[in-house]
Amino acid sequence: MAFTSAVITFPGSNCDRDMAVAVEQVCGGTVHRVWHGDADLPDGLDFIALPGGFSYGDYLRSGAMAARSPVMQAVVRAAERGVAVLGVCNGFQVLTEAGLLPGALMRNAGIRFVCRDVKLTVENAQSLFTAGYTAGQQITIPVAHHDGNYFADDQTLDRIEGEGRVAFRYAEPVNGSARNIAGVLNERGNVLGMMPHPERMIETAQGGTDGRALFESVVRGLVNA
Amino acid sequence: MKVRVIVTLKNGVLDPQGRAIHHALEGLGFGGVNDVRAGRVIELDVADATTDEALDEMCRKLLANMVIENYRIEKAA
Repeated sequence: MAFTSAVITFPGSNCDRDMAVAVEQVCGGTVHRVWHGDADLPDGLDFIALPGGFSYGDYLRSGAMAARSPVMQAVVRAAERGVAVLGVCNGFQVLTEAGLLPGALMRNAGIRFVCRDVKLTVENAQSLFTAGYTAGQQITIPVAHHDGNYFADDQTLDRIEGEGRVAFRYAEPVNGSARNIAGVLNERGNVLGMMPHPERMIETAQGGTDGRALFESVVRGLVNA
Repeated sequence: MKVRVIVTLKNGVLDPQGRAIHHALEGLGFGGVNDVRAGRVIELDVADATTDEALDEMCRKLLANMVIENYRIEKAA
């Protein structure tokens, strides 16, 4: 069965093409490009990616408007069916706003936009998205965001840590995120949101390939499922 | 009916913007400012028949993020 995926484009998304290229090159199969106004997703999807960018100009709150767009109702239903969903940067913000992931992404603690390569520690190397890494592995992935300061109350943080739902942690403070959390899984493990951009590290020409294993993990996990 | 929705950060949620405003006020020489919290005001013009429940739902579903924010609804007299 061919791997079938969709990359969603919201008005203001700007990493959707990079994401589609990464999915196409690493995952293979068919990559559908889906517009935010579409109420339905293509049939037979294995994987949905919500790209980075500034959907709806970040009006109201980053990801707030996109989370209420027609296509997101379909993404929520797909996630509930168990389809793998990855949200990167603005995509992570959309997933928290849509209630698929706990917490919220607030303005960076230092107020400034942060755009640089950061070191991440792989905290959970057993998830659908991270099985291609080893626990404790340090990888380098770029970030580019203004609102990446992950917040959740202590009870929620304790719970997601205890359940192994922190996929990635910044190896050093980047944006004020609670407990340096960079990527979070949902309870079922089929939804991952992360601020760093793995799709920007899939070939040596981009300065590194540390992002490839994430996409490879998804394919391997779903094909073996 | 004119309605004003005031969205504020919950207590305990760090407010980087409020802190930056605080620093800027101090930089301008204003002493005695103990704390600054930044929020958002959204003014709505809604049908007179709009119920309080509907307004609450608008706030909970979109205008405020209940993970980090509280809201208050003020109706113009």
